[in-house]
Amino acid sequence: MGWIAANLESIRALQIRQLLTQAVTLGIILSSALMIWKGLMCITGSESPVVVVLSESMEPGFQRGDILFLHMGNDPIRAGEIVVYNIKGRSIPIVHRVVEVHQRQATEELDILTKGDNNREDDRTGLLYSPGQLWLQQHHIMGRAVGFLPYVGYFTIIMTDMPILKYVLIGSLALLVITSKE
Amino acid sequence: MHSFGQRANAIITFSLTIVAVICSLASFSDNFNTPSPTAEIEVSNFNWFQKQRNGNDEVSLTLNISADLQSLFTWNTKQVFVFLAAEYETPQNALNQISLWDAIIPSKEHAKFWIHTSNKYRFIDQGSNLRGKEYNLTLHWHVMPKTGKMFADKIVKTGYRLPEEYR
Repeated sequence: MGWIAANLESIRALQIRQLLTQAVTLGIILSSALMIWKGLMCITGSESPVVVVLSESMEPGFQRGDILFLHMGNDPIRAGEIVVYNIKGRSIPIVHRVVEVHQRQATEELDILTKGDNNREDDRTGLLYSPGQLWLQQHHIMGRAVGFLPYVGYFTIIMTDMPILKYVLIGSLALLVITSKE
Repeated sequence: MHSFGQRANAIITFSLTIVAVICSLASFSDNFNTPSPTAEIEVSNFNWFQKQRNGNDEVSLTLNISADLQSLFTWNTKQVFVFLAAEYETPQNALNQISLWDAIIPSKEHAKFWIHTSNKYRFIDQGSNLRGKEYNLTLHWHVMPKTGKMFADKIVKTGYRLPEEYR
């Protein structure tokens, strides 16, 4: 109880000017994070430039918790590339390898089939697409993986598995920002 | 004096910076490797060749694949994903790429191999264009690093032809 009282005391002790400074600092931190994210979106051309691998379907290449950097580029998708795709009505984007590509003569539209390296079947047979869907099209693709960083994303997996941890973390960070004197 | 929080912050920031620098150096060092892989691909038999009920051609073939991909491995290589794709053009499609066989090579010791296999994945056309069709067999590989940038390249083998008649 003494700890909380001391913290409350320190909040009360703040001058209004100091409070404003801290609000601005917090704003700068938040907005620069947003700027970096949006900037990356512009540079890579992908709506989500960094993704965390959530499933085991690409093992041993990618494990749960690894981070992938995505880039869209203007080149058409080709077999062998690792793409991240999102099916309407499914919340989680999927990271899998392209195993089949058919490109139309006139329109250059693509029909794409994907498969996880660790899965026995392709994603059509494995029922990862919408019912009745035979191919992925360009608009399903969020980006192709170009770079790789191991383990870093494991933190987000822990936080999704244990949401309480997320609130504790955000709460303590906020408290730290409010109570810090500099 | 510095508080505990400040010290912890400094240590974490510094160690993360060092890890990031080492990771990018490891990834950068891959650029100094100039691989010279070789591959031979032979189609030894057409097991069967038919038109499916929905009108798409399907063929089953037997392949002899031999390759030496040892030079792709560096100290930053986790694995090499290798696959063989049939590639051809049809009146409808400018490009068709169909993966027929793939494998994960976990280490340099396994990177020189010879395999006799029928196609692991089905070779089905979008339509009925495969009779007498000339096609390429391309051995693609995808180098997955321990960290950093991924590399991919291929060897294209041309001049393969499918049978004129279903069998």
